[in-house]
Amino acid sequence: MIRYILRRLLWVVFLLFAVSFITFVIFYLLPSADPAALRAGRQPNPALVASIRHQLGLDQPWYVQYGRYMKNLIFHFDFGFSYQNGVPVRQLIFSRLPASISLAAGAAFLWLVVGIGVGIIAAVRPRTKLDRASMGLALVGISAPVYWLGLVALYLFSSDIGLIPILPGANSYVPLSEDPFAWFSSLIMPWCVLAVSFAAFYSRLLRGNLTEVLNEDYIRTARAKGLSERRVVFRHGLRSAITPIVTIFGLDLGILLGGAILTETVFNIPGIGRLSYASIVRSDLPVIQGTVLLGAFFIVFANLFVDIFYAFLDPRVRYE
Amino acid sequence: MSTGVPRLVEPSSGLTAADPLEFGEIAGRTPWQLFWRNFKKDKLALAGLVFIVLLVIAAIAAPLITKLLGAPSPNLINTDALDSFGTPTGPSSEHLFGVDPLGRDVLSRTLYGARVSLEVALISTALATFIGVVLGLVAGFFRGWVDSGISRLMDVLLAFPALLLALGLAAACSLGDGCAVSTPLQAAGLATIVAGLIGSALALARGRREMVAASLVVVGFGLFFTLLGTFFTIKIEPGAGVVIFVITLVSWTYIARIVRGQVLSLREKEFVEASRSLGASDARIVFKEILPNLIVPIIVYATLILPTNILLEAALSFLGAGVQPPNASWGAMIAEATSVFDTAWWYMLVPGLALLFTVLAFNVVGDGLSDALNPRQEG
Repeated sequence: MIRYILRRLLWVVFLLFAVSFITFVIFYLLPSADPAALRAGRQPNPALVASIRHQLGLDQPWYVQYGRYMKNLIFHFDFGFSYQNGVPVRQLIFSRLPASISLAAGAAFLWLVVGIGVGIIAAVRPRTKLDRASMGLALVGISAPVYWLGLVALYLFSSDIGLIPILPGANSYVPLSEDPFAWFSSLIMPWCVLAVSFAAFYSRLLRGNLTEVLNEDYIRTARAKGLSERRVVFRHGLRSAITPIVTIFGLDLGILLGGAILTETVFNIPGIGRLSYASIVRSDLPVIQGTVLLGAFFIVFANLFVDIFYAFLDPRVRYE
Repeated sequence: MSTGVPRLVEPSSGLTAADPLEFGEIAGRTPWQLFWRNFKKDKLALAGLVFIVLLVIAAIAAPLITKLLGAPSPNLINTDALDSFGTPTGPSSEHLFGVDPLGRDVLSRTLYGARVSLEVALISTALATFIGVVLGLVAGFFRGWVDSGISRLMDVLLAFPALLLALGLAAACSLGDGCAVSTPLQAAGLATIVAGLIGSALALARGRREMVAASLVVVGFGLFFTLLGTFFTIKIEPGAGVVIFVITLVSWTYIARIVRGQVLSLREKEFVEASRSLGASDARIVFKEILPNLIVPIIVYATLILPTNILLEAALSFLGAGVQPPNASWGAMIAEATSVFDTAWWYMLVPGLALLFTVLAFNVVGDGLSDALNPRQEG
């Protein structure tokens, strides 16, 4: 088991290296805007641009730049400085991370509860009106673009422009440490909007798995023993039907922790997603690198945890 | 997933053993007829199919339809349609779905937006499916180092935050006059050739014939890319081209994984074994034995990634990295609507609903397809 984990950890390190290198190549080789010219302001004179370029180290060959970047990252955990405003990228990322984590964690809780609840209800009563209605709604849920749902929610419920002004709208995010109540109420709408498509997807997946499991022979045996239906569904059925949900949940959470660009944009939540988006628009390479690496870090480790979880459950995986 | 009527044979359908005519029909059904018989029972999926057909016609005939409806052309800026405060006016007899902040007609922009959405989604899905099938087949059939190479490549791609990668590439290629990808193509092609040659040398040394074939396929790939990069100046132009490239890049792995898994299990089946023992070549086994058995999953999964790709295209243009203005696209329209949606609700609603219904229709059809093609999955 330990050997398996070590091997996977090595692969994770390699993956992160590959991601950082490819990101560097994409933004170095492809002609996006010149960061030095962007920083020089409205009337850039060539001497100023050249001196900024030298100051940022952009006049050196790409491998020198990349080597220096990786050296600082590995030995000092230093992600460099934003080309835009000179703020350390590490500081930028850590200041934005709480908002992204708040958004992802709340939404994840919501979609797990709703998705699993609806999935079970639909699966124990297959082909009833309730089943059809909830699965139809779920199909609509996975088809709706999240940013549009966000706008519709703001139009309906936000306190400044909404038809039924009951919730704080966009721009209202407050950090948890400042005012827990305002933090909670400002995130209710983003949580619900972000959770919709996930809840819909999970309920469809769970319904499919659970109906299949509930047709198995061992479930019939459990029923024949005279167990209560509740015990049959939860103890015997759900336990095996929920494994794929756990896998997907790990991966989804990993992706979202790296920033929910669309949701953060609509509700103007200052998280990693908005940071990475802004950095791409401004060709701010150190910040792009930092956010891509952070996102990849979460994805790769979520994958790792899921695989280890599986290896614990199923010994065959370890010796593959 | 079931979306339609119960899948049990209804007594009202007249399909009974006592009916000799019906019985005779059963004997002569091709797989296609069987599939259609299942599919058309799913009324919701049929409705989705009708919607898609109408949408495709509307997209192709967009100029004609706007003319027939008397709507102005999509890029016509008309400040007369704004009220005295400069805010856009809502639905009226002149503009059925209102106008946007520049006074452009929302109905005709939505119609033209359908063109972008469908074009990008269909082309990128087709490309992703093709690449995914080829690489998945090669990986699953030849296994060995080719398989590990392709699987590791997918691992690296999947480690990227997909939307961020797509956004970054699209943004980088949308500035100026696009990205020149000839040199990267040449480099990748040469690296592939070297890998293939090393692989075939190793395979020859170990006397493994089938791996030599696999390595030669890889060398061929590399040669193709190198020549492509050498003789053509390939440039990813800003606009639809960039978006298609980016969406293909992030969606082919999905198909490749499915195909690889299927091939891994198919190649061990008795009928493949039988064919091999009769002396069939690798090519024959791949094209005559394995590929025909893959058509159903390929169709199903291609229909499943299509709506995802529509949403991805819309998300990219929502973030400003899609088709460039003034061309209309649904995502970009919703993005423009964010600043005025408190007063001009129609500008947000119309493209959003168009997007929702399109994706929903494809999802419903995809569900119906997989139900009809996998009769085993009841429920």
